[in-house]
Amino acid sequence: MISLITYLINGISLGSVYAIIALGYTMVYGIAKMLNFAHGDVIMVGSFTVFWGISMQGFNPVLSVLLSIALCITLGITIEFIAYRPLRGAASSLVVLITAIGVSYFLQNIALLIFGANTKSFTSLINFGPVRLFEGQIIISGETIATIITCLIIMVCLTLFIKKTKPGQAMLAVSEDKGAAQLMGINVNGTITLTFAIGSGLAAIAGILLCSAYPSLSPYTGSMPGIKAFIAAVFGGIGSIPGALIGGILLGVIEILGRAYISSQMADVIVFMVLIIVLLVKPTGILGRKLQEKV
Amino acid sequence: MKDKLKKMPKTWLDNLITYGMVIIVFLLVQMFISRGLVSNLLQGLLVPLCVYVILAISLNLTVGILGELSLGHAGFMCIGAFSGAFFSKVMADIITVTAVRFTLAILVGALFAGVFGFLIGMPVLRFRGDYLAIVTLAFGEIIKNVVNALFVGVDSRGFHFSLKDSMSLGLEADGDVIIKGALGIIGTPRNSNFTVGIVLVLITLFIVLNLINSRDGRAIMSIRDNLIASESIGINVTKYKLMAFSISAALAGVAGVLYSHNLNSVAATPKNFGYNMSIMILVFVVLGGIGNIRGSIIAAVVLTLLPEMLRGLNNYRMLIYAVVLIAMMLFNWSPQILAWREQHSIKDFLRKRRKVQ
Amino acid sequence: MKKLRKALCLTLAAVLMTGTLTACGNTDSGTGGNSAASDTDSTESSVSSDAGVFKIGGIGPLTGGAASYGISVKNGAQIAVDEINAAGGIGGARVEFNMQDDELDAEKAVNAYNALKDWGMNILMGTVTSGCGVAVAALSSEDNMFQLTPSGSSVDVIKDNTNVFQVCFTDPNQGIGSADYIGQIGVAANDGDMVSRVAIIYDSSDVYSTGIYEKFVEASSSQPYEIVSVEAFTESSKTDFSVQLQKAKDSGAQLVFLPIYYQEASLILSQAVSMDYNPVFFGCDGLDGILGVEDFDTSLAEGLILLTPFAADAEDALTKAFVAEYQKRFNEIPNQFAADAYDAIYIIKDAIERSGATPDMSISAMGDALIGAITQISYNGLTGNDMTWEVTGEVNKAPKAMIIVNGVYQGL
Repeated sequence: MISLITYLINGISLGSVYAIIALGYTMVYGIAKMLNFAHGDVIMVGSFTVFWGISMQGFNPVLSVLLSIALCITLGITIEFIAYRPLRGAASSLVVLITAIGVSYFLQNIALLIFGANTKSFTSLINFGPVRLFEGQIIISGETIATIITCLIIMVCLTLFIKKTKPGQAMLAVSEDKGAAQLMGINVNGTITLTFAIGSGLAAIAGILLCSAYPSLSPYTGSMPGIKAFIAAVFGGIGSIPGALIGGILLGVIEILGRAYISSQMADVIVFMVLIIVLLVKPTGILGRKLQEKV
Repeated sequence: MKDKLKKMPKTWLDNLITYGMVIIVFLLVQMFISRGLVSNLLQGLLVPLCVYVILAISLNLTVGILGELSLGHAGFMCIGAFSGAFFSKVMADIITVTAVRFTLAILVGALFAGVFGFLIGMPVLRFRGDYLAIVTLAFGEIIKNVVNALFVGVDSRGFHFSLKDSMSLGLEADGDVIIKGALGIIGTPRNSNFTVGIVLVLITLFIVLNLINSRDGRAIMSIRDNLIASESIGINVTKYKLMAFSISAALAGVAGVLYSHNLNSVAATPKNFGYNMSIMILVFVVLGGIGNIRGSIIAAVVLTLLPEMLRGLNNYRMLIYAVVLIAMMLFNWSPQILAWREQHSIKDFLRKRRKVQ
Repeated sequence: MKKLRKALCLTLAAVLMTGTLTACGNTDSGTGGNSAASDTDSTESSVSSDAGVFKIGGIGPLTGGAASYGISVKNGAQIAVDEINAAGGIGGARVEFNMQDDELDAEKAVNAYNALKDWGMNILMGTVTSGCGVAVAALSSEDNMFQLTPSGSSVDVIKDNTNVFQVCFTDPNQGIGSADYIGQIGVAANDGDMVSRVAIIYDSSDVYSTGIYEKFVEASSSQPYEIVSVEAFTESSKTDFSVQLQKAKDSGAQLVFLPIYYQEASLILSQAVSMDYNPVFFGCDGLDGILGVEDFDTSLAEGLILLTPFAADAEDALTKAFVAEYQKRFNEIPNQFAADAYDAIYIIKDAIERSGATPDMSISAMGDALIGAITQISYNGLTGNDMTWEVTGEVNKAPKAMIIVNGVYQGL
């Protein structure tokens, strides 16, 4: 029983990292209708910036985090401007997917040239220690608590932003119908840029939390969590903000439980199997479309 | 002769150009090889080029003709590669005529991949768009992960399977482990060569081009263009979707057999059978023009050669490759750049000059 | 319009084709050779070029997730090559080294091999990984080219290939060695008793890891300890190890055997601490490098035991000089891959000197000469003393057991 609870907590801990990455995916997908495969690599850039700031330059952690967010936002806007915007209105939506992959290769190889291939150990930014329950039989790490809290805060903020502010409403409108939104006087390009900026800022935060929880950093750190988070986003219903949270956490829990009770070699197979089954039952994910929460 | 050419339907002529292109390249390369003008690198790349061309053509059948996005194509290649290599390895002593064994191995690879394509296609083809993409990606990863953990041994009592390690096969002393998990199959006969590769490319072209220009092909394309309309005129949507998807999978299996018989070993790594490879094949298709078979061939050749040609750049190789990829995509697809190219096209320029004269 | 695009693609293809076709014409500065050559040029102006050039090729992952191994090999080998050239080369002949990327893919490794042949490679120092090694060894044995792999430790790389030799231990060797060490010499568990319950965490998607794991389990059946938990992880899920550790903890394992690489091990160590699990961790040469991970909290690795032929803080003059040079040039502490590669270049040098091979020999003739010579030499280097080679390609050397105390290696 105790071990089951421990596994659940570990699953939630892993899942909350997926969830926070999935939020960025789902935002961008909801508005721009594109699978931004470079999202995982923006996460890596975010973590490297913090690593560079703290370990190599000796900056204050808060300054480093702000720097990282600022850099990722700039990067997101730049990528959108150079690689994605020119392809808006292209004959096939696949085209942007391919460019995103090109951007992903580009970011990985730039990081490889600058920081080298050797793994760096990321010093966790979370200062408070683990919480121990049941006489130390269950341990919840500070990183898990911080990730879940950050995840919830971001989710609430995003939801409020979309519901209560003008740019947020504009996003909603663009995601529903680009053409109509433009006719209503909404600056579609500006709204999409804003989405990329928010998504990339979230990626920076996700990167910091990912590397705090799993303190290992290399140019390829972002790609696998990126793919997993993408699956999490689809799981929860891509385009839905609460869906990203639910999808992420479910994915983490399934992965951990599958590894614990079925087979540690087949953990990924189990995750993908469950994904397929969920989609067969609910083709648009757990919270897909029906809830009008689309961003 | 010219009249005859004119009388031919336009698609025929188009197809003839495609076949001709492949054959001419083949003859040219053979000529260069016989004169000793071809570098080792390019000689080694000839079979992989055929592999990627077949993959690109077969994926174009799903993406371009059927109009469905698949990110799991490498999974079918994986199945073909492993079933073909397994067959060759087991039959090495029984069928000693290489040509017969290799032909059978190709058929086995195609059959297995096709059957898996059919089985996976049944549930999966209900999805559309990005959801289909993610589900095919999931299946591709499942195939890769299972094969990566698969152990198959043979001894006097027959075949043994395990998904854990080679000890749990419980082989007798005379037993031999054929598929060794992460290490894959070692010691496949290296039967693939450029001629076989080109023949398979031509067969693939023949199958796909004939399908496109047949009644079935038109039904498939009508599903792509308007699913509801085609359903309403009585086209069996499920049947045609499955047909295109399975053929595409079987052809990917053929490419897999060619791949696994080019090296002396085959292992399922993220690099060769993971989603990265599926995406790479998709890049060939999209860059070459969705639905454009000849374009896929050219794109597959260009993008396979490009990173190899850039070897001289050492550290900057993959970076330049990424930049070139993005640039090519923008150049070929961006509406603004296309409009600009329309205005500044060389043909127009020539035509205008001719008019002036 | 469409035609223009096609025309453009065709032209590009044609340009690329001609690029490849002409690359073979000039063997001296073929594909990829230029920059490696210019790297070495700076250091060995003293060597006359009359005696010819030994062209040593290297193959390994320089991009992608395994890039750190390939880059370490490249750096380590480059140091050795530069030293040899500065000291007058091999019998007056210069040495050139050219490392090509295989992206951890067998097919790309074969491409790299062919590109290196176009460059004029005489001897192959590679491949870095076993999977690629198997594919390349099939070609090199056809050409009868002498191949010395620094770190391709699977038996399948040398099996049936008379021309391939290893610098590192084979995987089975390491598995059996570890089992013997834990069973026969014994390891004191943290509660004071001798270890009797062992857990294993290995990477089932990695050739090296599964190779050691299988032999370890086989060899353990005759040992006085018991294996109580075996858990795997894969390439695509190697960030979270909580389940594997929890299972080891629940089964009461006093020692966790980690036949894996240091990147994952560093995560395992930190996650074990955060769940209050404190067994003895025991690993093989893949764990070497863990102290060199930038910003790694070395207190996590306290008490870690590893069987490794190389220790970056060994006190002998050779290691000290190598580590100092490596740090100066690449700003990192070298790991076992770099040391293996450094040794590999010097072993090739010894073999050339023993056999009297000259650069103008054909690939196959040089291969025969070196294959004959390597089994006769005895080499002292960074990764072992009195190293000798079997005809099969396997190396004989003694593994050293190291324990990490106060953030440094200590011999056991």
